[in-house]
Amino acid sequence: MRLKKLLMNKEEIERTLTRIAHEIVERNKGIKDLCLIGIRRRGDVLAERISKILEGIEGEKVPVGALDITLYRDDLSLLSSAPVVRRTHIPCDVNHKKIIIVDDVIFTGRTARAALEAIMDYGRPNLVQLAVLIDRGHRELPIHPDYVGKVIPTSKDENIIVLLEEVDGEEAVGISA
Amino acid sequence: MLKRKHLTGIAELERREIESILESAESMKEILHRDIKKVPTLRGKTIVNLFFEPSTRTRTSFEIAGKRLSADVINFSASGSSLSKGETLKDTVKNIEAMVVDAIVVRHSSEGVPHYMTTFCKASVINAGDGKHEHPTQALLDAFTIKEKKGKVEGLNVAIVGDIAHSRVARSNILALKKLKANPIVVGPPTMMPLYTDALGVERAGSVDEVLDDADVIMMLRIQKERMKSPLFPSLREYSRFFGLNAEKLKKAKPDVIVMHPGPVNWGVELSPDVMEFERNVILDQVTNGVAVRMAILYLLLST
Repeated sequence: MRLKKLLMNKEEIERTLTRIAHEIVERNKGIKDLCLIGIRRRGDVLAERISKILEGIEGEKVPVGALDITLYRDDLSLLSSAPVVRRTHIPCDVNHKKIIIVDDVIFTGRTARAALEAIMDYGRPNLVQLAVLIDRGHRELPIHPDYVGKVIPTSKDENIIVLLEEVDGEEAVGISA
Repeated sequence: MLKRKHLTGIAELERREIESILESAESMKEILHRDIKKVPTLRGKTIVNLFFEPSTRTRTSFEIAGKRLSADVINFSASGSSLSKGETLKDTVKNIEAMVVDAIVVRHSSEGVPHYMTTFCKASVINAGDGKHEHPTQALLDAFTIKEKKGKVEGLNVAIVGDIAHSRVARSNILALKKLKANPIVVGPPTMMPLYTDALGVERAGSVDEVLDDADVIMMLRIQKERMKSPLFPSLREYSRFFGLNAEKLKKAKPDVIVMHPGPVNWGVELSPDVMEFERNVILDQVTNGVAVRMAILYLLLST
């Protein structure tokens, strides 16, 4: 993948995720009843990593799930063909839990909205928070992330690329060429 | 991805299209096991089940599939309709379509009806069985079940046993299995074999015993009395002996063989009642998977 401009390298991504993990522990006064749910196809990888860091801090595992929001998208009718739906895996009963939705980039907020609706279909969590690696602005809905790795002001036609080892074989955040 | 509007048969599908249906169906199956078994994907879409032939499984399965995706589903059956007053098929379909619907799921005893409907329908047409031609959703749910139980479809020996000539299930399955690189083998009395099995590109065997050693999957077909103009075998007992399956015969099969049947089963004819207890009889899994696969098809055809 060609990047026009590199915004974060491997170490910076790692440090940022570590900070987000500490913020999660601080805000929730520990990790009791937490469950991380990552939005496919990179949020689930980030959720997995944050869970590992949390285990290092608190000495206990936090369950991690993966969510495909395709069936909840509000723009399906605008696409030329329907995307294949990937697996959703919710590791625990969401009732009375603290759910943290994890995604790589927040842009219009429509993906987060779809994720909220999907999670509510599984039950009634006590609270839902949102963690993102990159906030690139241009929200179209009243949605605000609780944990932000880095704010990157962009123009609407620019594209933020997040590359992760597990999916892409390399590690970087940048603006695409 | 499925860049098409209608689904009239397996013949028109490419391998990668079949694979995206099967992959999406896996996600759909998860929805069936939630407490709230519904997603909003097809909200505001209307699906009409237009069945000119009796059906319980397929019609109910399409109805549940549509409802799980939040579509409105209307059932229309030929008995009690204006067809008995002499309205033509085309008029009936045009009138249903005039009520502004998004998809018509059709079953008819004449081959080619779904295809004919695509020539004048604005709605998506989905074939739920046309005469002896095709039953694509059955073949897709069978492929899904095989993949789920055996981990793959490619390279497996699949014996299809029964009335091959009169069976749309057999035709669609042979086409799907060949596209997925499995080896279908057809088994049945000569009177139930199509005249040209060579054209299907499949092997033939003369009795169930001949295929027991090698089969990974045994797919039994229903003896379809309604499609037979004259009796094609001397007696049901003789048919059962050579082409039926029972627990005794299954002892000679591979230890991981699975037994399938599209339903409804004639217990005591093609399957002996003792197969009901056979632990790798996956007939009811096929029914559950049918809903998931039909959800995937409705989603892929209608959501955009």
